[in-house]
Amino acid sequence: MSPATPSAEPATPKASWWRVFRGHQGRNLWYIGFFLPFLVGLVTFVYIPMVWSTYLSFFDARNTIQPTRFVGLDNYRYLLNDQMFRNSLGVFVVFALLIVPLTYVCSLGLALLLQGAKWGQAFFRSVFFLPTAVSYVIAAMVWRLSLFNGARFGMANSILRQLGGENINWLGGTTWWYWPVVISLRLWLQVGFYMILLIAGLNRIPQDTYEAAALDGATGWRTLRYITLPQLRTSTVAVMMLLLIGAFQAFDEFYNLFGSIGSYPPYARPPLVHMYLISLGGTQQDLGLGGAATVIITTIIVLFGLGQNWLLGRSERKERG
Amino acid sequence: MIGIMNLNRRHLLTAASGLAATATLAACGSNKGDLGGSTSATTGSTGSSGGAKPVLNQWYHEYGEPGVKEAVQKYAADYADASVKVTWNPGDYGKKLGSALLTKDAPDVFEVEQGGTLDMIQQGQIADLTDIVKPVESQFNPAVMKRFQFNGKYHSIPQVVDMQLLYYRKSVLEKAGVQPPKTFAELTAAANKVATGDMGGFFAGNDGGVGVLGTLFIWASGLDQFDEARTKATFTQQQFYDALTAYRDFSKTKGLLQSASKEWYDGSPIANGETAMQWGGLWSMPDIQKALGDDFGVLPFPAIGAKGRVAVPFGAFGACVNAKGKNVEAAKKFVSWLWIDQEDKQVEFADAFGTHIPSKTALVQKASKLKEGPGADAAKFVSENGFTNDIMWTGPLGDAFGAAVTNVIKKNADPAQEFKKVETLAAAELKRVKG
Repeated sequence: MSPATPSAEPATPKASWWRVFRGHQGRNLWYIGFFLPFLVGLVTFVYIPMVWSTYLSFFDARNTIQPTRFVGLDNYRYLLNDQMFRNSLGVFVVFALLIVPLTYVCSLGLALLLQGAKWGQAFFRSVFFLPTAVSYVIAAMVWRLSLFNGARFGMANSILRQLGGENINWLGGTTWWYWPVVISLRLWLQVGFYMILLIAGLNRIPQDTYEAAALDGATGWRTLRYITLPQLRTSTVAVMMLLLIGAFQAFDEFYNLFGSIGSYPPYARPPLVHMYLISLGGTQQDLGLGGAATVIITTIIVLFGLGQNWLLGRSERKERG
Repeated sequence: MIGIMNLNRRHLLTAASGLAATATLAACGSNKGDLGGSTSATTGSTGSSGGAKPVLNQWYHEYGEPGVKEAVQKYAADYADASVKVTWNPGDYGKKLGSALLTKDAPDVFEVEQGGTLDMIQQGQIADLTDIVKPVESQFNPAVMKRFQFNGKYHSIPQVVDMQLLYYRKSVLEKAGVQPPKTFAELTAAANKVATGDMGGFFAGNDGGVGVLGTLFIWASGLDQFDEARTKATFTQQQFYDALTAYRDFSKTKGLLQSASKEWYDGSPIANGETAMQWGGLWSMPDIQKALGDDFGVLPFPAIGAKGRVAVPFGAFGACVNAKGKNVEAAKKFVSWLWIDQEDKQVEFADAFGTHIPSKTALVQKASKLKEGPGADAAKFVSENGFTNDIMWTGPLGDAFGAAVTNVIKKNADPAQEFKKVETLAAAELKRVKG
């Protein structure tokens, strides 16, 4: 349609730019109509604050968003010299190393079990998914006040004593016992969600691949190792990435498990919690410091993502020869 | 500090959303205000009474006790020279106020813990109230006024005072043959003597007390946070380190109850008989009284070491005026009327709903709950032994301090080494906040 001969149909030059702009059947207008509201929201609520907080990070911006005192890289220097900030990155690494593989294995295990279940699939899928609907804050309260209360009537301690053990002060920080509390909490909350993602992935694997494998004599573990896992690669990559980002964003459960009035212990402190405490804790509003911390944390997440992409891409390239 | 308690308990619950929301709203809120020009507040004010009376917006955080909201609305309605609109702010009041003060929608009158932060003063967010407070300063609790003054100026009028203190079970201590402890050595001895399998000796939180007691070790060992000119930390001395190691030794005995059903800011542990002594808030006194009747007494935190002194931490909400508001003069008149002149209202506000201490010394006698018994003792402690964080005790500094205290008490770190870092940070922070 586009290469219309000019001699046959002399179009008025005025209308032509509009026609080009509209696109075929007004496609461009539709595109703009659908896309613009989203773009406006994105710019207003995501990009402007991002750029602004980067701008603020170079200023002494306490209780103001129009700072006047330029301090250069002082905020960054402060954070990078802050022992506790570096410790918090260590907490993230430990947390991620524990929660990411554990959630993946448990979610995959549940997904495979459900896949093989003869009855009650829908029921159990809902049951395992339900905790996802619970708020982190509420779950943290239940974990802190009733399940893992350090007093003798905490549920975990009651069971321990029944078994002849001693009371454990779970969250007290003198021991490492707080890790099982944090890990079990997040595992319980998120395992169902990732199970659903993996079930979706499993459903996409063609049934005849399994049939062919069965004809070749592959069963049980061998099917899992050579058929299911390789076919599930894209879902695995997505799930791992989401888990890692989720681990980096850990805030709610830590804050509500360990925080007290106006104080938070120095242990079990992931980056976001530390950043919150030193920039917005109490009544203060140090937006410059907060901005700098945001930039540093974002940089780390981006580097992690690029690294992971590169690693997975490399293994894929290797596989293809 | 019931205010602080409520705020923070809710704060725990709303932390997650608060974090995200503040960061975004702080940027966007003011952005909108600046670009949009007129705000809804201005349109509202012209509508009511032909512009004769100025309209003042007043903010409170949510007080937990029933009746407070109605009371402050009544106070506002009683004021003749302006029409005062009260906004009750459930949720994270501190963050909400902080964000609002960056915009043109900020309230004209609002309450702030400890009478305003250093940043609020330095950024010119709260108006100088020296001319109305100075003439009557001697009427107020001296410990509170010392804290409310900055560089010889007042930016706030104290509303009510809250505090923390030591509760003990009279009958339990008597039965064990121990006196209510005046020194830390007596406290550890008493706690260990009364502790049984069912009842702990002393409880100060499920973190072993390090969170809430931290700065008390400074004051109770006879030291202060900074020197007079606020140039350096002055507590990094042997007597403070000895206090920490004394508490560390205590925390390894059965006398210190490490875990209870609730936190220190709830009266339940002592009321339920989980512990013989508990560090708690004045706000818990009605609950404890209900459960134990006369069988309890109160004390300040005991003195630690040879140069030690007893101490109680206090907190006070103060009424502030928005320096960038439209009716600064009218707002100043209103806070002066409510928090300086209207003594009946001040007594009612402190006494009728919860248990707070009126900020004017003479009014303490008029508060029914503070006339006699433990209430009267508590009120006396604030005036005589009251301490609170210095205005330049910044968030990062408090955080680093808390971390060092935890490391010493829980991880057996060497205090001198731990606090060397805090000392360096304190000097840097003091320099930084002075600008």
